[in-house]
Amino acid sequence: MNPAVTAAGPSPSFEARAACFHCGLPVPGGIDLRATVLGRSREMCCSGCQAVAGTIVAAGFESYYETRDPPHAGDALPAGLPSISIYDDPLAQRQFVARVGGHGRETLLALDGIRCAACAWLNERYLRGLPGVASVSVNYATRRAQVRWDDRLATLGGIIGAVRRLGYDAYPFDAGKQRLNDRKEQRAAIWRLFVAGFGAMQVMMYAVPRYIDDTGTLTAEADQVMRWASLVLTLPVLLFACGPFFSSALKDLRARRPGMDVPVSLGILAGFAASVWATVAGGGAVYFDSITMLVFLLLGARHLESSARRKAAVQLDRLARWMPAFAFRLRPGSGSDGERMVAHDLCAGDRVLVAPGETVPADGILLAGSANVDESLLTGESRPVDKTAGAALIGGSINLSQPLAMRVTAAGLETQAAAIGRLIERAAAGRPRLVEAADRVAQVLTGVVLATAFATLGGWLLVNPSQAAWAAIAVLMVTCPCALGLAAPIVLTSATGALARRGIVLTRGAAIESLAKVTDVVLDKTGTLTEGKYRLAHIELLGDASRDECLKLAQALESGSRHPMANALMAVPCGGAPAGLQGVTHCAGNGIEASIGAKRIRIGSLRFAGGIAGGPAGIAEPQPGESVVYLATESGWLARLQFEDALRSDAAQLVEGLRARGIKIHLVSGDDPAVVLEVARALGLERARGGVLPRDKQEYVASQQSAGARVAMVGDGLNDAPELAQADVSFAMGEGAALAQRYADLVLSSGKLTGALDAMTIATGAMRAIKQNFAWALAYNALALPAAAFGLIGPWEAAIGMAASSFAVVLNSSRFMAAVR
Amino acid sequence: MESLYLLVPVSVVLVLAAGWVFWRALESGQFDDLERPGLDLLDDDDKGGKPPV
Repeated sequence: MNPAVTAAGPSPSFEARAACFHCGLPVPGGIDLRATVLGRSREMCCSGCQAVAGTIVAAGFESYYETRDPPHAGDALPAGLPSISIYDDPLAQRQFVARVGGHGRETLLALDGIRCAACAWLNERYLRGLPGVASVSVNYATRRAQVRWDDRLATLGGIIGAVRRLGYDAYPFDAGKQRLNDRKEQRAAIWRLFVAGFGAMQVMMYAVPRYIDDTGTLTAEADQVMRWASLVLTLPVLLFACGPFFSSALKDLRARRPGMDVPVSLGILAGFAASVWATVAGGGAVYFDSITMLVFLLLGARHLESSARRKAAVQLDRLARWMPAFAFRLRPGSGSDGERMVAHDLCAGDRVLVAPGETVPADGILLAGSANVDESLLTGESRPVDKTAGAALIGGSINLSQPLAMRVTAAGLETQAAAIGRLIERAAAGRPRLVEAADRVAQVLTGVVLATAFATLGGWLLVNPSQAAWAAIAVLMVTCPCALGLAAPIVLTSATGALARRGIVLTRGAAIESLAKVTDVVLDKTGTLTEGKYRLAHIELLGDASRDECLKLAQALESGSRHPMANALMAVPCGGAPAGLQGVTHCAGNGIEASIGAKRIRIGSLRFAGGIAGGPAGIAEPQPGESVVYLATESGWLARLQFEDALRSDAAQLVEGLRARGIKIHLVSGDDPAVVLEVARALGLERARGGVLPRDKQEYVASQQSAGARVAMVGDGLNDAPELAQADVSFAMGEGAALAQRYADLVLSSGKLTGALDAMTIATGAMRAIKQNFAWALAYNALALPAAAFGLIGPWEAAIGMAASSFAVVLNSSRFMAAVR
Repeated sequence: MESLYLLVPVSVVLVLAAGWVFWRALESGQFDDLERPGLDLLDDDDKGGKPPV
């Protein structure tokens, strides 16, 4: 059968009937699990969700289901959780657990799976009810829980186990000083905002009588009292709240590269000095109100910006957490004797033992025997990889077979996984060209402002010396390079955060600009339009057993395996009780053997299964490109199971979405042209080419570009690096976090193709918001600067104008942020 | 107008007092999470029960 034809059809085993009430995933056919929640019987997709819902209801927290945000499909628990008991190891606990008194213990847990405030509430209430737990406080914004317990009554492993029973996961969080600083800084920022805001309010009250007094009822003495009061209240604003402006201006001046804080600081200081002089001398105008208001509004804009940034950072933080916390280090010269330790403290040369199902704690080399590891988190390749002695192991991959011993070659920050983390950070540093241009404009503008201020001072000294100082101060205050400087960062950080929330990792900040301009999309086939994951396509019966009997036997054999073909097999529904097998043995690289009654039964390669079924004679060998396993007993052959790589369920949606945008779609693949054309036909694509070598793919992209197209390339990021690099902007499919992202600008780590559409929508919206911000900031400055220089604007109007222009930018950006949430 | 000589200094003192109150609230962590504590309203202590362990 032609795989491309069946691939296009819907998979019967996944026809969704309803969504699981707990997790929102579709309930697979053949499953009828229910739980009573909120007085009604609800459908559940798996026994895991049923157990979690049961736990929540039994504990009396049903109201969680009323207050939570609706679940998105795909929020389900990650597979392969590390074992809990290691968290109770006293040695390992030293890293994260603090002692409070004799038996009190305290730790910070990073919670996974928290989607809404109701999730945070549920965790907090549930943990608080555990015996021995003294206090729990869950912070929704940072997804962290601070837990204090009595170690005679509770254990850390028990607490983490309780979190898992609720369907979430928790990791002990290294309560590093950095986080503590973060909180301190956050509090200081709020405190500054408050001081400036309250100061501004009160100073304004003293100023208003003077502004509205046109009958002369305000005596000079009363006015003087209010001036002194304003002076007193402006002092804390100047000395404390202005700290960030002054220190940044000082840094800029030392670097001889005046940034936007320089004119702001100069304006504030000059305005304050002139006002103090007027107060002490008892004559002239004072502008304490303008200064405090300016500081408050600027701090407000920055506070909004930093909280947007922090929200985006929380999302990215989750990606950097797949490395295990612990490792089992072998003593030199010993085979199995060793100690549990913190993975971060491993050194190159250490020997480490990794249990089955555990995560490889560092990069290294397999010492002996063979192993079967899942590197999908790092490479996106879901097929388990067989390793033999001497092969390289990547930290973060999961050991699927027997315990393995490895020698560490790189640990901690030197691992490839850590390199990915740095990549994500690097993306934050790279910015679109438009934004870099704006920064240069802002710098030029700063120079222009300083020059204009001095020119204004000089000019007015010749014409009207009493006006000179205030006109110059107005120039310093009114211009707002800040609006230019603020225009992009909020939009970019919220765009990055919005992308991360949808499972899209941005690795090069500049990609946002290119993405907004894309006219053509080039798609790869294998691993991109198709899943790179198996589905049972066909069962050929070779013996007397029926299809259902064969399936049952195969499922019983594969039930303990994590191989993707096993997963595909388990997904096929078949009625009746499972077959009873004894002595299931995994033979790495070959298959699985067990016994049924007195007979042996095998599933695996042709040679392996044929070993007990009397040789492979007469049985169809797998064709190149086909994935086939054979099922046989000692009395003969049973079945030939063929698996195939199915089209992603959202491939059609992607094509439709791209068409709706008027984007041209090209399908270019190294596969057999017939197969590629078949896929193209199924999706209704006109431009399709098969049998294209990687170098020709790159040329194809280049030729499109020379014809004036802006090309986005979507590939798996592994063997298509050159064309990904050639494209204006590139996407890589990568479940988990693919190493491939080093070549791609964006990684669709959710495995959803439609992520590319979301990314384009977000990028277009972000660039529009940035351009609006720039247009506004430039127009405002072009009008305000001459007006202030010619004395048409007083300092208080200048302060309002400047702050309002900053706020307009922040509000416009927040509008975008709300739209992409 | 003479009342101003009393009221203005009083207002300055009041501002400082309000600042001190806010500082206490800030240091006690009231501003660390602005979303989850809102759900404490739903919290009914006798409804919570004992979770099975």
